[in-house]
Amino acid sequence: MFYRESGQFKSSYAADSAILTIAQDRLFIAALLALAFVVLPGLGSDYLLSGILIPFLILSLAALGLNILTGYAGQLSLGSAAFMAVGAFATYNFMLRMPGMPLLLAIFLGGLMAALVGVAFGLPSLRIKGFYLAVATLAAQFFIEWVFTKFGWFTNYSSSGVISAPPMQVFGIAIDTPASKYLLTLSIVALMALAAKNMARASIGRAWMAIRDMDVAAEVIGIPMLRTKLLAFAISSFYCGVAGALYAFVLLGTVDAQAFDLHRSFQVLFMIIVGGVGSILGSFLGAAFIVLLPICLNLLGQAFHDTISTQFLANLEMMLFGGLIIFFLIVEPHGLARLWQIAKEKLRVWPFPH
Amino acid sequence: MEWQFFLEVLVGGLLAGVMYSLVALGFVLIYKASGVFNFAQGAMVLFAALSFVSIQAMGVPFWLALLLTLALMVLLGVGIERVVLRPLVNQPPITLFMATIGLSFFLEGLAQMVWGTDVHGLELGIADEPFDVGGVFISKFDLFAAAVGGTLVALLALFFSKTKLGRALRAVADDHQAAMSVGIPLKHIWAIVWGVAGFVALVAGLLWGSRLGVQFALTLVVLKALPVLILGGFTSVPGAIIGGLIIGAGEKLAEVYLGPFVGGGIENWFPYMLALLFLLVRPEGLFGEKHIERV
Amino acid sequence: MKKTAVAVSLALLTVAGVAQAADQFIPIPSYRVGAYASGGAKFYGGMIDYLNYVNMKEGGVGGVKLTYEECETEYKNDRGVECYERLKAKNGGASAFNFMSTGITYATMDRAEKDKIPLMTMGFGRADAQDGRAFKYVFPLITSYWSQATAKVQFLGQRVGGMQNLKGKKIVNLYHGSAYGKETIPVLDAMAKKYGFELQHIEVPAPGTEQQSQWLEIRRARPDFVLLRSWGVMTPAALKSAQKVGFPRENIVANWWGGSEEDAIAAGDAAKGYIAGSFALDGRQFPVIQNIEKTVYGAGKGNLSDKGFIGTVNYNRGVVSGILMVEAIRAAQKKYGAKTLNGDQIRWGMENLNIDAKRQQELGVTDMFPQVKTSCQNHEGSGYTRFMQWDGKDWKPVSGWIKADTGVTLPLIKASVDKYSQEKSMKLRDCAAEK
Repeated sequence: MFYRESGQFKSSYAADSAILTIAQDRLFIAALLALAFVVLPGLGSDYLLSGILIPFLILSLAALGLNILTGYAGQLSLGSAAFMAVGAFATYNFMLRMPGMPLLLAIFLGGLMAALVGVAFGLPSLRIKGFYLAVATLAAQFFIEWVFTKFGWFTNYSSSGVISAPPMQVFGIAIDTPASKYLLTLSIVALMALAAKNMARASIGRAWMAIRDMDVAAEVIGIPMLRTKLLAFAISSFYCGVAGALYAFVLLGTVDAQAFDLHRSFQVLFMIIVGGVGSILGSFLGAAFIVLLPICLNLLGQAFHDTISTQFLANLEMMLFGGLIIFFLIVEPHGLARLWQIAKEKLRVWPFPH
Repeated sequence: MEWQFFLEVLVGGLLAGVMYSLVALGFVLIYKASGVFNFAQGAMVLFAALSFVSIQAMGVPFWLALLLTLALMVLLGVGIERVVLRPLVNQPPITLFMATIGLSFFLEGLAQMVWGTDVHGLELGIADEPFDVGGVFISKFDLFAAAVGGTLVALLALFFSKTKLGRALRAVADDHQAAMSVGIPLKHIWAIVWGVAGFVALVAGLLWGSRLGVQFALTLVVLKALPVLILGGFTSVPGAIIGGLIIGAGEKLAEVYLGPFVGGGIENWFPYMLALLFLLVRPEGLFGEKHIERV
Repeated sequence: MKKTAVAVSLALLTVAGVAQAADQFIPIPSYRVGAYASGGAKFYGGMIDYLNYVNMKEGGVGGVKLTYEECETEYKNDRGVECYERLKAKNGGASAFNFMSTGITYATMDRAEKDKIPLMTMGFGRADAQDGRAFKYVFPLITSYWSQATAKVQFLGQRVGGMQNLKGKKIVNLYHGSAYGKETIPVLDAMAKKYGFELQHIEVPAPGTEQQSQWLEIRRARPDFVLLRSWGVMTPAALKSAQKVGFPRENIVANWWGGSEEDAIAAGDAAKGYIAGSFALDGRQFPVIQNIEKTVYGAGKGNLSDKGFIGTVNYNRGVVSGILMVEAIRAAQKKYGAKTLNGDQIRWGMENLNIDAKRQQELGVTDMFPQVKTSCQNHEGSGYTRFMQWDGKDWKPVSGWIKADTGVTLPLIKASVDKYSQEKSMKLRDCAAEK
């Protein structure tokens, strides 16, 4: 009833191929953006902004990156955290060794470094497929972690092996309050999500999906395997690199290589699988699920903490987390994004049955 | 002197490699029979070891505790098959992989909730004093572990190739629906496979638990087994052993002889790089099934 | 009219006075799942027990009741940050955070500085945070990593009959392949230069489940001692590997992260004889521990699920953490009054701790940990370490309290602090001016 397309006519090709073709969708997104950009920074508490929203945004960016590689191009990768680390450390070194470098440029360059490293580790994908490739990307994960721990140059020879973010500012505005950090992260993530969505709709996205579905056939119809696969690795690593830089600079402030270990890689992988592989929205939904669920479980457990021991509750939290992942996979293997899609489909005909 | 040291490192590496193969074996079994990359293998190793020491701590004698734990692991395997795998029949491999990740969280939480978070020592009654063979020291315990691992591998290899059940398992691994259509009872097969994998996890858990103590970090031994898997091939039992030997020896020799040039500590990523190099030549591992792509 | 006004204002004052039944909130960012759950449960259990004990015995500190809330960090950095944000403003404001994790401490350092909440990094964390001029809100109380490292070498000196006998000896530093593991390398190098012993660093890649090649190398090198800078599973793996190559465990000296019952029990027989440093002693002989058992567990409010773990190394450390927190509150109350204090005031208290012999006697903790006296430039407060040996069942002390070698640590701290303040473009505090 509310979500009907009837009455909305397009009179140009551009209007027809826009991302949001239905007016209600445009309204919804506008409201969401208004909420995110205006309401939340003004009214949100420190906890909401720093403890929940910023990690959520940064990790959804990393999930976006992995979704491009694994979801669209079909190359299973377990090394996303390593590329995040490259982005973080590269950004730090650019800012350290080139005085006067603006923050945004440093983050961009950090992402580029991550893209280069991603291409290097993506070369085996031309020969290796499936789970074998996944385990091979672990080589990237462990190697990069080792490099940053071993060679003091990357951390400016800090005795504890950590990098500390310098005070940040963008176009003269200092980024030191939770609200300003949140806005910076939100802007970067929103822009890059838009870029990702457009890439997915363009011919490069279709080429990736062709490779995912059947790469031999894709090569037969003329899609250049080498370029397309490496481009997927490059762009995915760029996204992960920027996410890593944001994680180090905006979220934590001080970080060592251990923050980008195997756990982080798996966390990002969970996000895209729970959220839905091959879906931009899925990256966000998955990130929200993985970031928020443990917190919700912990908060819920607090309600019972007087009657049940905290140890029991903490272990129960872990069990519930695993159990819910399995449950979601059984109920909807294509992830939360598919559930959203089904909901929208149903909404289009509501209240009529068909 | 130098020769002796080299031999020590080599032999030690080979024996360590057998320990890795034990863990890899669990993966291979399940992958061979159901096409599932069971990420929860580490959690199963932890669960088995923890159950064993906790049952033993209650005063139960060694062999009885072993049998009870075995029964528990088989039950766990059957349970997993019913609750997790049955609803996910014929889903793409990545979904199943993801389900096993969720399962690993669940098992880790369950193991620590039921048996507690305390650390236990595990003594198998084999004193770890080294043998002296012409100036080369070899660990008694490692030899024992190698013997156990070797026997297990031989048994399993025979099982898969010679028995009817083994053939049925391989059929299921190839194509679930086709196997069902020729009358192979899928559910029973899977329950059996997970039960056997549980048994392998128990053996691995006992040996590794004796090496490291029974604690949460046992789940990390999985990371050592993954390069073995990709080198040997996901579907090959002898591949697991040979891969283990290569990885074990390679990693130790590299650490000792190549490590000092780059400052040491390369043992973490070297096996993966080594396996990667092998993969470039044989993309399915040394003994893995060649996957024929039909377009 | 005037009478009513007076009556009303009196009534309001009484109401306000009654409502002023103040609380002091202490956040407990614990970890009870995961690889370190065993130690974490005991540590935070000890801390909670002590807080409850103070509430039960004295009704709080200066009449201000101590409240606490747990938040599970799972020893993960981002969960730690989330717990920090969740608890920092609760119940009147968090007093101080002790994360028992260097990673989480680093992740929250900048925020804590901004929010003016002190971080108690007792025995761990940034060693250079000892200098409070650059690290106003970070307190590596009792003894930092660098102090401990110098104490380890001095202990070895005691073993060979004097520091001069260390000359020409061979020592291997087996360290965990992470930032934590590498932290003490510069200090040990400086000690090696000062005392003339040969020092070789060997890395064990994290997490350290496999150490065969490292120990074969050690056997080849035939050192007199091995300094073990380990953590988690690396400790029992190291001890077992040492047994495999026949290296006597009596010559292995670990630091406190590798010296608790969890590590020793996991290694079984192989652990017998190895030595570990500590800043707090284990045991039930201390009056405070006995009192906690009597009062708190007697009333059924104990936090540990198994009373048998009272007096273990991690439990006692947790109690010490509680004691330091409470003493900081007490010190702060002396200046600011007995009411709910905010983080900045507690910080002042932590910077002006003076737990001397007399106070230790009053608290019933004599010899459990060294005397602690902090100041603006000395956030460590002590610098003493003691060493104990595992005899198969228990830890037995094998040394007295050994002071840090400040001749070695202070120059390194100064260099590090200068670099940090340059990186952050900050000016150092002027301690004299703040008096």
